[in-house]
Amino acid sequence: MKGLQLGWALACMLLFAAAAAAQDDETARAERWKDLRQTLFGDRPVRDGAGKIALEAPERALDAALVPVAITVQNPKNVKALYLVIDDNPAPVAAHVTYGPAGDPESLKLRVRVNQYTNMRAIEETLQGELYESVRLVKAAGGCSAPAGDYDEANLADMGQMKLRPVGGPAPTEGFEAQLLIRHPNFNGMQMDPITRGYTPARFLKSIDVAYNGEKAFHLESDISLATDPAIAFRVKGPRKGKLAVDAADSANGVFKHIFDLAEQGS
Amino acid sequence: MTDLASATRRRLLLGGFCLCCLPGAIRRGEASPGPFASEEIAEGIHIRRGVDEDASLANRDAIANIGFIIGRDGVLVADPGGSLTDGENLRATIRQKTNLPIRFVVMSHVHPDHIFGAGAFRQDNPVFVGHARLAQALLQRGEYYRSVLATMLGSERAGPVVAPTMLVSDKTEIDLGDRLIEARAHGPAHTTCDLSLFDKKTGTLFPADLLFVRRAPSLDGGLRGWLKELAALKQRGAARAVPGHGPVSIDWPAGSTDIERYLTTLERETRQAVADSVGIEAAVRTVASSERDKWLLFDEYNGRNVTEAYRELEWQ
Repeated sequence: MKGLQLGWALACMLLFAAAAAAQDDETARAERWKDLRQTLFGDRPVRDGAGKIALEAPERALDAALVPVAITVQNPKNVKALYLVIDDNPAPVAAHVTYGPAGDPESLKLRVRVNQYTNMRAIEETLQGELYESVRLVKAAGGCSAPAGDYDEANLADMGQMKLRPVGGPAPTEGFEAQLLIRHPNFNGMQMDPITRGYTPARFLKSIDVAYNGEKAFHLESDISLATDPAIAFRVKGPRKGKLAVDAADSANGVFKHIFDLAEQGS
Repeated sequence: MTDLASATRRRLLLGGFCLCCLPGAIRRGEASPGPFASEEIAEGIHIRRGVDEDASLANRDAIANIGFIIGRDGVLVADPGGSLTDGENLRATIRQKTNLPIRFVVMSHVHPDHIFGAGAFRQDNPVFVGHARLAQALLQRGEYYRSVLATMLGSERAGPVVAPTMLVSDKTEIDLGDRLIEARAHGPAHTTCDLSLFDKKTGTLFPADLLFVRRAPSLDGGLRGWLKELAALKQRGAARAVPGHGPVSIDWPAGSTDIERYLTTLERETRQAVADSVGIEAAVRTVASSERDKWLLFDEYNGRNVTEAYRELEWQ
């Protein structure tokens, strides 16, 4: 458990009482999104993605520092990128994933921090450049500013260690699904350092590139919203036999590489 | 629950406790000022039973079992309580029983329901005893806990963050004149700074929150470590133990049966979920559900425990 950020701070809505009152107001949420949408996409419309894209997230987070979310798209062949946006987090774009020929956008699963009651949205960008979204309200608080657990000594020692795990669920018709775990504190700059009483400088994973047998699967850009020890489940095209190369970089110029040699397994 | 009710519900999970502040929802554990009822569970050992609720304005966070040991030369407090009010009430209770000096205040771990009463004892200038890691844990979390308690109780009623003045990294003996009390520091278990006491005179063990009885345990240190520390505590040759939550005294080691079963179930079923590639989001709904009817506040804590267990075990 050492080194993991604990979800301590779950949910003190009392601390955010004033903000919460505003957030409870749908108008305020709509305003927030209008600003965000303008910043992210300019004047491009973001349409209701019912039947095209789905976002699964708990209605109420059990642990605001680790909220599991899943995105699935109905027509992956027509999708070139996915966004996960957490409207009221300090850095709303939790993930922007662009897919290459070896990647399959059909499903993406992440673990994120949620700082307060917020709309969370999964957005797909089609090959034609259209945007479709699926939105959920998630109730949680403190996932970003909560004090971390014991993130001292032991934490940084194994930073960058990686693990690839199979993912359950129905067998894909083509390709396979895997979950990548990366040891990284993902300090977001909002946790207090006990020694200096200042804030722990932000140090978080900025990008993760995954290639399969030399072909780009996806490029993920992220920010401080990913939970400590980021975990990303994704789909890759092709038989499960070959080399899966991961190339991650953090905000302190740390570079972490790993190549997983996958042996073919029975379905 | 309707959308409206859930939207207006204000919840707080903080350390060992979860707070639900639905207006008027909590009327049970009303705390009044002054001495409170305690039970002498063994010679010179007085324990106040905490209420099986989450912290609230009404109960002043008096939710943990706290108490004191009277020796020939003075008094040892274990734990000082969940708020300044709780600590003041404990001090008044001590003063009803003895005028001996309050020499030691033991803080079993970082969670606020056990230690925010410490400020009530500053006037006694005692030694504040804690695990070697408690000082750092308090620096990381203390102010956050204080601010949350202050919002709930009012800033003057929450209590200050009191740093330990005697750190225990392995074990040490505290001498009250006619009785020796052993303090032992544990590895990551309930939290990463658990300290237990053992009164040699009466054979009474104080595992604090290493032992929950009836109230759902909360995992904030290490699941495998917790089971290991429990196994070691069972070998202590104690006649009874004082749970951090639950009855004021329970036979030992028999009293460890329920929490061991829960933690073992949590570990086994979380391992199985990891092995079967069942994600966290599904695991929190199923793991240890056979334990639901056996614990108070189960739904407030089990899902979080599964989350903690999962990310510990997925790296194994």
